[in-house]
Amino acid sequence: MDIDFSPEDLAFRDEVRTFIAENYPAELRGKQDEGDELSKEDFLSWHRILHKKGWVAPAWPVEYGGTGWTPTQRFIFSEETARADCIRLMPFGLSMVGPVIYTFGTPEQKAKFLPRILSGEDWWCQGYSEPGAGSDLASLRTKAERNGDHYVVNGQKTWTTMAQHADWGFFLVRTNPDVKQQEGISFLLIDMKTPGIEVRPIITLGGEHEVNEVFLDNVRVPIENRVYEEDKGWTCAKFLLAHERTGIAGVAGSKRGIEKIKAIATAEMDGDKPLLSNPFFRRKVAELEMDLTALEYTELRTLAGEAAGKGPGPESSVLKIKGSEIQQRITDLALEAAGHYGAPYFRGFGEGDNEHPIGPDWAHRTAPSYFNMRKTTIYGGSNEVQRGIIAKMVLGL
Amino acid sequence: MDLSYNETQGMLRETLARFLADTYDFESRKKMLASPEGRDPGIWKAIATELGLTCAPFAEEHGGMGGGALENMIMMEEFGKVIAIEPWLQTVVIGGGALKHAGGALAEATIPAIISGDCVIAFAYAEPQGRYNLADIGTTAKADGAGYVLNGHKGVVYAAPWATHLLVTARTGGGRRDRAGVELFLIEANRPGITRRDYPTVDGFMASEVYFENVAIPGEALLTGGIELIERVVDEATMAVCAEASGIARTMVNQTVEYTKQRKQFGQPIAKFQVLQHRMSDMFVEAEQVSSMALMGTLKLDEAAEARKAAVSMAKAKVGRSLKFVGQNAIQTHGGIGITMELAIGHYFKRGTMIEGQFGSIDHHLERFETLAYPA
Repeated sequence: MDIDFSPEDLAFRDEVRTFIAENYPAELRGKQDEGDELSKEDFLSWHRILHKKGWVAPAWPVEYGGTGWTPTQRFIFSEETARADCIRLMPFGLSMVGPVIYTFGTPEQKAKFLPRILSGEDWWCQGYSEPGAGSDLASLRTKAERNGDHYVVNGQKTWTTMAQHADWGFFLVRTNPDVKQQEGISFLLIDMKTPGIEVRPIITLGGEHEVNEVFLDNVRVPIENRVYEEDKGWTCAKFLLAHERTGIAGVAGSKRGIEKIKAIATAEMDGDKPLLSNPFFRRKVAELEMDLTALEYTELRTLAGEAAGKGPGPESSVLKIKGSEIQQRITDLALEAAGHYGAPYFRGFGEGDNEHPIGPDWAHRTAPSYFNMRKTTIYGGSNEVQRGIIAKMVLGL
Repeated sequence: MDLSYNETQGMLRETLARFLADTYDFESRKKMLASPEGRDPGIWKAIATELGLTCAPFAEEHGGMGGGALENMIMMEEFGKVIAIEPWLQTVVIGGGALKHAGGALAEATIPAIISGDCVIAFAYAEPQGRYNLADIGTTAKADGAGYVLNGHKGVVYAAPWATHLLVTARTGGGRRDRAGVELFLIEANRPGITRRDYPTVDGFMASEVYFENVAIPGEALLTGGIELIERVVDEATMAVCAEASGIARTMVNQTVEYTKQRKQFGQPIAKFQVLQHRMSDMFVEAEQVSSMALMGTLKLDEAAEARKAAVSMAKAKVGRSLKFVGQNAIQTHGGIGITMELAIGHYFKRGTMIEGQFGSIDHHLERFETLAYPA
């Protein structure tokens, strides 16, 4: 047994590190450090750089544009990008619908959509959740009725992340109401410019416009935009969810988060000493690092299992539960470090605006991100649902 | 022993509750926050004059009803239930409290103006470097003839954009963090040399960075009492936000219970799931602890300084913990809708989160309690 990286892995790590140092856009780093809201163009700029390098979809099979990296190399890559605080690539095309299309799609669908996902030409959004369904996904009600060579779709989706920018959406729709819930669902790719689609913003507690409601009123979708068989979309849905859950532990991002907390608490004073010398604050940071290390090794064990051919099973619920809790605790400590300066509410600063933030540069985003990150234990199957999965699938209760 | 409210106190509670039910529904509050001033000043005026409530915690010789901390507790709890943004804490509890304890001509002149709703006070005490240490003050008040000259910067001064007066802590002598030389001044908010940078806060208030540049103030602006007076007033303010927290925690529990009865998943109301039932039971238990600690601390406010401080810190630390538990679980139980601006619950959570840190974090108060209760 050897937990150390091989010389090849270390060389790979250096290659990634150098590439990021030389190619990550400086203005993006500045925006991110200031906690500014990121534009569509911001998200796409890093995406395009990675695409040009051929690194935008490490998990994809090589024939469709993947890198052919080992799981360890993929782990190193995600670790390095998070360590350098690189902007997160939008997962909806790359990690969600892309794998569904190359696994279940027709040759035409593969040829049409996959290159555009890789290049960033199409921005995708996810039409899974519905009001009143939530983690009970299979109870969805949006229906699609056959009309000649089209489906006519009616219904409402919600929590549609970044739909305000989307060119395409992948939707779960009910094509057969007369069978068991999971058996009458189909997986449709819908052009977001089709008449009858309306996207309405939902503003979250931190003041962000991240999620939306999507209303579908007699939206006509060509039959050829259905992936896999009619009524068998649940197969695609489950496959996609399994993909969504890998990487949900967020270890690399949390490591970076703790580093930031330590930097902040070293700079901020508490009396005549840095905040990090305060025994109470220090203890909480230490406990967080301890729990994050436990999570990291759990993820490494999962990865090792995967490399040995064991697919990520219900154990991924462990990663979701602990990872999401740790992400929240990091924002909790950042808010605590801000003291009084957690209270000012600012929307970030526009281009050319040279007004200074209130208090320390980093402080005005601490409360909004604390509020916003309450979502981590709710989305991707709430932690209650994850505990249910462990109880049923692992413990056999 | 009698822990019930007397008839007058019961009436005060009812009067305010009825008024707030009419004026502070979720939609009206949203509109106030979105307005240019960030509030409806008519509401404060109505609380003072039409309802005549601002007189409750003041002595009869000042035109008051002879009440005190208990009356403030009653009011703050009701404000918490509707997450009101009225400046009761700053104006009545802190400004009024400081004047009451200091006495003198300034108190004679100002308390009636507080009661009539004409005087709104903001408490400018925190400084960017000071965290929760009340004596960590760089703002100076230099004696100048019969008066003083103020210089310095106060941070995150809640209600400052609305205030007619500022209650300012400043140093007349000593080095930073020395207890000696810290004094309290009440001055008009529009004195020459005062500038503000205003902004909204995450919990719906307006606040400011306040800068003093050679602000000349008269000698009468000084409230006698020094750091002991400031500590006493901040302890009273701390208990007032604990009372507010009690209203907030209760409401979060009620709203969560109501929501889970309506919301269906996997074929039944989610309130039927045992895991959520136990969680809501725990939330209820913690909300009860908040109310108990709000009462305990309030009842100890008139004890000798050390006993008072120990009780207040114990209360605030416990309130912070319980509030965090209730708030985080309220949001989690609501699911996605809980983290949007659409339902009231998130707004309660935001105010509750700010209370956790207001006048000292959990750690700060646990430490102060330990130091006082278990001297080395």
